[in-house]
Order: sequence, then C-alpha cells, then structure tokens
Amino acid sequence: MNAVSSFFHGIGDRFRALPRWAKIVLAIAAAVIVYLLPIINPPLITTTDSDFGAVLFLCALYALVAIGLNIVIGYAGLLDLGYIGFFAIGAFTVGILGSNHAKLPLLLCIPIAMVVTLVSGIVLGAPTLRVRGDYLAIVTLGFGEIVRLILVNADSLTGGSRGISNIPTPPDLDLFGIPHLVWDGFVAKVDLSNQTRFLQFGVTDSIPYYWLALTLVFIVLFLDWRMQNSRVGRAWEATREDEDAAELMGVPTFRFKLLAFATGAAIGGLSGALFATKQQFINPDNFTILYSVLFVAMVVVGGQGNRWGVVVAAALLTWAPEKFRFLADARFLLFGLALMALAIFRPQGLMPPRRSVRAKKAAEQEPDQLDVEGAARV
Amino acid sequence: MDLLLNHFWEFTITGLAFGAVYALIALGYTLVYGVLRLINFAHSEVFMWGSFAAVWVLTALGASKASGLGVVGFLVIGFAAAMVTSALVALGLEFVAYRPLRKRNSPPLIALISAIGASFVLSEAMGLRDKPFKWFGLDTDLASYVGRPREASPLPLNIDTVRLFRVFDYRVSNIDLIVLGSAIVMMVILDQFVKRSRLGRGIRAVAQDPEAAALMGVNRDRVIRLTFVIGGAMAGAAAMMYLLKIGVTRYNAGFLLGVKAFTAAVLGGIGNLRGALLGGFVLGVAESYGSAIFGSNWKDVVAFTLLVVILLFRPTGLLGESLGKARA
Amino acid sequence: MSDTAPTPDQHDSAKETRGTRVDDDTVLAPDTEATPDTSVDISVDEVADLPKGKMLEVEDVTLRFGGVTALDGVSFHINTGEILGLIGPNGAGKTTCFNVMTGVYQPTSGGVRFMGEPLGKRQKFQITKLGIARTFQNIRLFHNMTALENVLVGADAHHSTGMFSALLRLPKHHAEESEGMDRAYELLKFMGLDKRADELARNLPYGDQRRLEIARALATNPKLLCLDEPAAGFNPAEKARLMELIQSIRDQGYTVLLIEHDMKLVMGVTDRIVVLEFGKKIAEGLPAEIQDNPAVIAAYLGVDEDAS
Repeated sequence: MNAVSSFFHGIGDRFRALPRWAKIVLAIAAAVIVYLLPIINPPLITTTDSDFGAVLFLCALYALVAIGLNIVIGYAGLLDLGYIGFFAIGAFTVGILGSNHAKLPLLLCIPIAMVVTLVSGIVLGAPTLRVRGDYLAIVTLGFGEIVRLILVNADSLTGGSRGISNIPTPPDLDLFGIPHLVWDGFVAKVDLSNQTRFLQFGVTDSIPYYWLALTLVFIVLFLDWRMQNSRVGRAWEATREDEDAAELMGVPTFRFKLLAFATGAAIGGLSGALFATKQQFINPDNFTILYSVLFVAMVVVGGQGNRWGVVVAAALLTWAPEKFRFLADARFLLFGLALMALAIFRPQGLMPPRRSVRAKKAAEQEPDQLDVEGAARV
Repeated sequence: MDLLLNHFWEFTITGLAFGAVYALIALGYTLVYGVLRLINFAHSEVFMWGSFAAVWVLTALGASKASGLGVVGFLVIGFAAAMVTSALVALGLEFVAYRPLRKRNSPPLIALISAIGASFVLSEAMGLRDKPFKWFGLDTDLASYVGRPREASPLPLNIDTVRLFRVFDYRVSNIDLIVLGSAIVMMVILDQFVKRSRLGRGIRAVAQDPEAAALMGVNRDRVIRLTFVIGGAMAGAAAMMYLLKIGVTRYNAGFLLGVKAFTAAVLGGIGNLRGALLGGFVLGVAESYGSAIFGSNWKDVVAFTLLVVILLFRPTGLLGESLGKARA
Repeated sequence: MSDTAPTPDQHDSAKETRGTRVDDDTVLAPDTEATPDTSVDISVDEVADLPKGKMLEVEDVTLRFGGVTALDGVSFHINTGEILGLIGPNGAGKTTCFNVMTGVYQPTSGGVRFMGEPLGKRQKFQITKLGIARTFQNIRLFHNMTALENVLVGADAHHSTGMFSALLRLPKHHAEESEGMDRAYELLKFMGLDKRADELARNLPYGDQRRLEIARALATNPKLLCLDEPAAGFNPAEKARLMELIQSIRDQGYTVLLIEHDMKLVMGVTDRIVVLEFGKKIAEGLPAEIQDNPAVIAAYLGVDEDAS
C-alpha cells in the first residue's frame, strides 16, 4: 500500500519540479479533460448502467462535501457525524425559498442557503464545541437526525415526508451544442445526434450540472488552499495537534474551532443547495444518517487533512458502486468490509497529508535518533 | 396533554417496557465504553442478530403451534438463543474489528471507523442472507429463514395478551410483566456481579486505569472479552423482549434502537452501569409521554433532543461517569 | 509525569552517525548542532513601556484541588529585566505556579498581577497576548508541523488575520505573514535553527526541540518568558550554552522566570531565587543566600538525593 501513496506523492514531486509554465499548461490540460469526461465517455471509465453525466455530477457534489467536511475533521480535528444536517438545511432552504413558500430565483437562493447553514453551524457549534471530543461526535449525530426528523414532521414548512418539488433550476443560456463521443471498442466517433447544450439546465442532461458542480469544486479547492496557507490554517493545525499548548501560544482555539465548523457547514449547505437544484425534488429520505457516515468515511479514506485525497476518495466511493452495478446489492456490505480493512491495514487513508508522510519517511531512516526523541518527548 | 393525563399509567408502563429494552442494550454500550473508551457502533447489530436467532430457533422448533406451558418453554428457549447468539456475535466483533486495532495502537477515530464498517457488514449480511443460499439452490427449502431478507420476520410464538392486574386505570398485561420482570432480573444479576465478583472488579479496574490494572495482575484482554460477552448477552435478552413487544424483527431493526440505547447510556452517564439502566427507563418513559403530547411522529425527536440537551448541559449524565471517566 | 532524558552518549552518537533527510532530498551535514546566533536582534518591542519595578506579582495564591492543596499562600514578585529562578523539590508546585500565571488554573484564593493589572478570569490566549509566554516541562511542540510553522503560530498571537482576510488575500494577510516570517526567521537564527526551518518538529534532535519551544514562546512577543526546566536532558556543555542563551535573551530586554533542577545552572544564571516546598514559599533571595539557607538545604536533602 505504501507503493500506492509513494506513487501519488512521486507524481506530486515531479509535478512540483517542473518549470512554472509547464505546471500551468499541465494543470489546464488536466482540468479540460476532467470537464470533458462525460462528453468523451472513455470506455473503461464510463458507467454503462447509469447516466455517466449524472454519476459525475454526484462525484463532484460529494467531492465538495468532502472538502467541507475535511475542514472540520481533517484540519480542525472535530469529529462531525451529523454533516448531512447541513446538507439538508441547504437543500431545504433552496426548496422552501424557491418553490414551497416563495419563488425566489435560484441564484439568490443559493447564497441565502449558505448563510442559513453557516448560522446553523454557529448555533450548533457554540455550545457543543466546548464539549469533549467523543461527545462532539454524538451530539453532531443527534443534530443530524433532529434536522431530518424536523423536516419530516414540520409539514407546513417543509412539505413533510412528501418533500418539495419543482425546485428552480439555474438560469439557462443556449449558446451552442457539444456533441458526445461514442466508442466502438477503442475507436471514437462523434455522435452529432447526442449533444449537450451549453448551457441548458434541464431534466434530461446532467452534464451542465456536472460542470457547475465541478467549477464550484475548483473554486472551493482554491479558497481552501488559501485558508490553509494562512494564519487560519496554522491555527487549526496547532489546535488539532495540541489544543492547550496552542491556546497558551496565543491561539484563540475556541474561535477557530467555531470558524472551522461554520465554514464546513456553509460548504455543506452549498452542496445541499446544488443537490436540490439538480434533483428538483427532495424529501427527508435523502438525508439520513447513512450519508453522514458515508461522508466521514470519504474523509477518512481519503486521508483526513489532504484536500486532494478526500476529493479522490469521494469520487471513487461514488463512482465505484455505479460502475460495478452488478455489485449493487452488496454495495454497503463491501463498503463496510472496506472500512474495516482500511482501519486495520491503512488507517492513514489513501493519501495522507504530506506531513505524516514526511514524518514516516524520516522515521524509516532514523530509528535510533527518534527513539531518543520519543523518550524525551513524553 | 389530555391524552397523557387520561391514560397516564398506560403510557408510563409502556414507556417502562420499552425503557427496559433500551436499558439492556445501553448496558452493552456503556460497558464497552467504560473499558475501551470506544463507541461500539456495531452493538445495534449484535442486538439484531440475537433477535433473528430467537426467531429462527423458534421457527425450527415449531413454536407457533405451542400453547400453554409449551409457550413458556419456548419463551425461555427464545431468550437463551438470543442471548447466546448475541454474546457470540459481540465476541466475534471484538476479535475481528477491535482487537487488531488495539494491537496496532490505532487512534480512536480509526476504531470508530472500524465499528461503523462492522455495523454495515453485520446488517447487510443479514439483509443479503438469501444470496449464498441461492447459489446452492437451497433458498426455497430454507425460505422461512432466508426468504425476503429485507422484509420483516415475525416471531413465531403466539402469546395471548392477558390483562393481569390493575395499576390504577391500566391493566398490566402479561407481556409487560415478562418484559419488565426479565429486565429487572438481568439488571440485578449484573449489578451484583460487577460489584462482588472478581471478574466484576476486574472490569471496574480496567475501566479506571488499564495500566495499573495490568500491573495488579488483571488480564486486560480477558476482561475486555468478558465485557463484550456480557454486553452482548444483555442485548440478546433485549432482543427477545423487543420481539415480544413488537412481534417482528428486521435486518435494520438495530439501527434506530441502537442510537436510542446509546442516548440512554449517555443520559445516565457513559460508563456508569446503573446510569445506563436509569437512562433507559427515563428515555422510554420520556418518549412515551412525548408521543402522547406531540403525536407519535415526534417520538423519535424526543430521544435525539434529549441526547443533545444532556450533552450540552450535563455531559456527565444523570448519575455521572463511573466505571472510568470519558476521555477528553 | 517524569521526563525520561536520553543519556548523553546515545544522544551524541546518534547525532554523529546520521544526517537528516529533508523533503527535497538534500542531506544536511550530520553535525549541524544548532549554534545559536545571539547577535540577531530579537529584542522586546516597546521597551519604554515596561514597568520600572515589578513586572509580575503573585499575591497570596492558594490553589486547592479537592483535598490537595497544591499552592498555599504563595507570594513573590518578578522585577522587570531580571532572571528569577523558581526551585524546589519535585511536587513543590513550581509548574503549578506557571499554570496559575498563564491561566491554566484559576487560584482558589489570591491572584496574579501582571504589569499592575490583575489577571482575573482571562483565558489562556488572552494572557499570552498580554505578554506572558512559556515553555513546557515535557516538550509540547506541534510535532507534525515544521519548526518554522511552530514559530509562526507563536507569531500569530498578535495577528488578526481571519477567514475574510485570508480568503481574499487582503493587505493585512500579506503584511502579517511577512512580519511573522521575518520574526520567525530571526528567532530561528537566534536559536541556531534556521537551517532546520522546514523540518518537522518531531524529527529535530532533542536539544533543538527545546530551543524551538523557546523560539516559539518568544515569537508571541512576550514581556515575561517562563521556562519550565529548559535544561532537562542536556549534557553539561549544552547546559552551559543554554545559560548563555538565557542571558542573551535577558539582554535583549526580556524578563525571565526559570524553573530548573540543576543547581549550578540556577546559581549561575539567575539574579534572584524563590524556593517552594509542598506548595509553600520557604525562601527567597540572592543565589548566595539561598545556597546557605538551612531550610532550603533541608528541603532538598530531606528528599532522596535530588540536587544535581
């Protein structure tokens, strides 16, 4: 398994070594390919039993979720088992404001949804972040369920178990069409009859939604990077390493924990809003604890603290069950087995953050020295 | 509110009966937490497997045709089957999912991940139980056991609900009595065991300070195994009680019940055995009253709200932490 | 919790036989034993604002935990610009004193005054911002962060860049990052750690870790620096170097409070000494006075050979 992570990190190293212009060209090329994936429909990757565009949308959506939860769990070290709650609040805010009780345009609903979720993050976080580690996990679990139960029962506001339908879509622009590729074995042909309109958000074509989600993923990744490489990121890391020592070094730890929580919540709300506008119909069954657990698993499998790791894990955990549909029934069984195996054999996740890799590399070379340090470090 | 006041005792006794179920399951959570500082997510599946064991054994023995004293006999067999199975599943869980992690000194989050994975494996295995039999073409013969795996399986035991005696305006039924009675018996036995026996002392020692306990000659691994077995057995008893009250079980029956039982454990003070019992009863009754006042839809909200409120305002629970202390 | 110190032999030979591998595959020379560069200017800002007399006053502090009285009516003060030693047998309450001064514990009665102001119920990070910084008996660095990052966290104590400034890369973010980096590098250089700035804290040799902790504390721009057994695990040569380091820190304008067990070091570097035993102050005065004080001698000899 070390070979896998060495492989990824080797790529990272070689990438870093390239001259600047080369990095930019490569990055743009990679981005273009990712955007065009559903158009290209590559034979081995495409999901034959389900709409590839829709699957990719979900991959991007859950990648967004994973980035948000990564801030909470990976950076700040707060175990949140109720993240679906924020997702649900985001989705239902859009539903309520866009369909059920008002007809606000989507582009207004989404920021409002983010603000509402952010506020809920602060409201939940302020009392609970003072609480001890284990308990935080349970309280957040409780919160997630309370949200769902309220959604089920507050009929007049949320439509109860019937849910909300006719959620508005993003505004359309009808500029041009992009034909898909069709493959015959390994030969590609352009299929003019199957086109995606740029940019039309309809029920039949998921691809524009995918593009929207993917763009948001890139934006949030960028902002995440900015946050991490600043006082905020350092404060989170220090708090996670040793909260008391951090506070004694002048870090207002509680404030930063709340900030992590609220930021994660806002991203969760954004994801939920996106989900709502794609599905156009939501009901409380979409927001069960199962998803919270799935999200946590994505972050842990990816390597908590590594934003690319969690994105890859999210995409993988979403795509794999769709690709290997014949295993559909046994999906959760395999998921469970994978988690157990991971816990035993690869707890650091697929792509642990660079730090722990550096530490491990050094450890492999410096057994004596580190024993000495270890003894003194008690 | 009127509903509650008019049928106060009915709601109370029903609440206590469910509370007993929660209490016994809560014991498993609190014991394991006390000794390992681990939230055993998969404990709910330990319960569920126990319930299926009871159903299958009784089906195999043709319990549905029993009457009179035979019913009592099958009742006992049901309890035994459930308790033994749950204990074994719990033990298996410890060996496969948790022990390897202890050997590797894994951080607590990882143990939680393993617990979650195990929970999925156990519940899905039950939900997919027809598959392996289909391969061997045995699914029709064993249909009553493995058929329609995602649907509810009823308990094949006919117990006429006999209203026995009155508590104020409510006639307590025989089922209520069996449930509450067996629960109390289990609780007393456990309480005495932990307080008086050598093994019980070992559990308390390991919960407080594993290293010191080891230095004093307590075999930590054995204590841990014992903890899982006891917790499992209690869950098995709860499973039988649950079957008596509800009548059916299902592959995912463990989940909601597990969360509520965990709430009960926290409510009473995680790590505190008596707390788990108290928490279970309090939760059961609170839920019952809640459903009377707000409507049965809101029943589940009661449990979770209680959980959140307790953790915010009195995280040590009603009776405080005991066995050991929760970790920061 | 006792500090299990490495023996001098193990430590030195480990240093000599191995280099340290940094990420970009360069191997550092094995014996870059950190040589502090005390010429670097890391002086206290606003020297003029420092009080002329007492900087910190511990006023009749008593601290009880349930049945245990950890501190019993302890009173002493630290003058601006002095190096005060706080000594006493194990369990006397020295670290507890630090904890009260830095806001980790609230005294049961009595209080601490810093620069004339009572500390009150201030939170730990607020006290740090006021100007009290500390190191720990058992090293508590941020082990998975680099040396530089550890010090930067300290430097951030006075910064106010938040989410908004960070996301939008406002001028405040750039200004504070730049200022933090400058100060961090100065401090690392002062401690002789500048070549190891990008090493993970957990990979640093023991001595460097101790010095890094001091650098991190200094990064918070304190007026008072509290060192909790900074020489634990050092060999005599390293102790001598540490003495020089502490003196140069004082020369740069900082006031130092030092907990130490090594008598030679304490006598050599401190201006005054306060002695605690069983939570009570039993002596206070100049090093020479303390050395001859019968109560102090009894306190140390009464406990099985602790004086080194």
